[in-house]
Amino acid sequence: MIISIASGKGGTGKTTVAVNIALSLKNVQLIDCDVEEPNDAIFLKPQIEKTESVSLPLPEVDLNKCDYCGICADVCAFKAINVFKPISKEGNVLFLPHLCHNCGACAMYCPKKAISEKQKQIGIIEIGRSGSIEYVCGKLDIGEIKSPQLIREVKKKINKNKTVILDCPPGTSCPMMNAVKGSDFCLLVTEPTPFGLHDLNLAVETVKKMRLKFGVLVNRATDSRIIDDYCEKMNIVLLGSIPFDKEIAKLYSKGDAFLLTKDKYKSFFIELIEKIKVHCAVKL
Amino acid sequence: MKIAISSMGETLESAVSEKFGRAPYFIIVNTENMEFVSIKNSAESMQGGAGPEAVRQLSAHGVNAVLTGSLGPNAKSAIEAAKIKAVVGLSGTKTVKQAIEEYKTVSK
Repeated sequence: MIISIASGKGGTGKTTVAVNIALSLKNVQLIDCDVEEPNDAIFLKPQIEKTESVSLPLPEVDLNKCDYCGICADVCAFKAINVFKPISKEGNVLFLPHLCHNCGACAMYCPKKAISEKQKQIGIIEIGRSGSIEYVCGKLDIGEIKSPQLIREVKKKINKNKTVILDCPPGTSCPMMNAVKGSDFCLLVTEPTPFGLHDLNLAVETVKKMRLKFGVLVNRATDSRIIDDYCEKMNIVLLGSIPFDKEIAKLYSKGDAFLLTKDKYKSFFIELIEKIKVHCAVKL
Repeated sequence: MKIAISSMGETLESAVSEKFGRAPYFIIVNTENMEFVSIKNSAESMQGGAGPEAVRQLSAHGVNAVLTGSLGPNAKSAIEAAKIKAVVGLSGTKTVKQAIEEYKTVSK
């Protein structure tokens, strides 16, 4: 079973929940898909056994062979390659690597074979373990923006024989969607604040559109019923809540998973997973 | 010399567009005889890469210089690659005609 942990709003407790679920289960694989700022390792302190490089092909244009026909620019859906034809001045080709989606069409369609592809690293994947937890983490290189591509590579490490926990990036854009895609259940972690509710609603709309099964978990729960009321109104499963507890915050700030010290939560997370399993068995 | 001005409309009396890549129109003026053509910017509603696409259109018209409000980073790279001179900082309160006349006085 693959459970993705997402949120919409950042800082609601995805990592906290992902790490604590992983610690309460047996035969589990935790994958940190938040490749722009992975931090599961802070709490799990895993031993890294293997590091793999992830690269993508980028075109290189040999201007000596180029006749500025412009076919490469025509086939590029993202305007990453631009041809300025020689009209009253010499021609030029401009490649904008951050717009490129690495499809290879420019090289494939170039009639002069002036475009070749070169591999460029965008990030790494770390594989290791923390106790019995199998740990996988994607780390995007500084200055790179292609997190969806790296997330897709990271997810190729999914071990279907285990319960897989995907710690996803915040937001509802391409990185988040690539991370939650294909999961059996998406757990949306939120907080009982207007911001939490606003972004939860965006996340709910996103996962609904993706036809994923999902439920909500409230973190830093207070007396506010803002999320409860929303879930009731929208007919969304509310799976539980973690209280606003200073002790949890202290443990968090030290980089300790609170489950290890606060034993009563072990059953909370085990029950949470049981509830998720029940929901997964129910057809949408 | 051919100068392109990012514009809100299709005439010399139109207001200057402060945006370059997503300007609705470009007015291309021949400064020797003040003859002009207006082109609808096909990049106006593009999802991404509007700047380079706008530059490509101007480059295809043989434009030597561009007057506009501001250039995005992609447009800036493209303008340099296309070897077109760019003058930025134009205000949207000016008309295209005023912008050209000002440019002509300054560059004299």
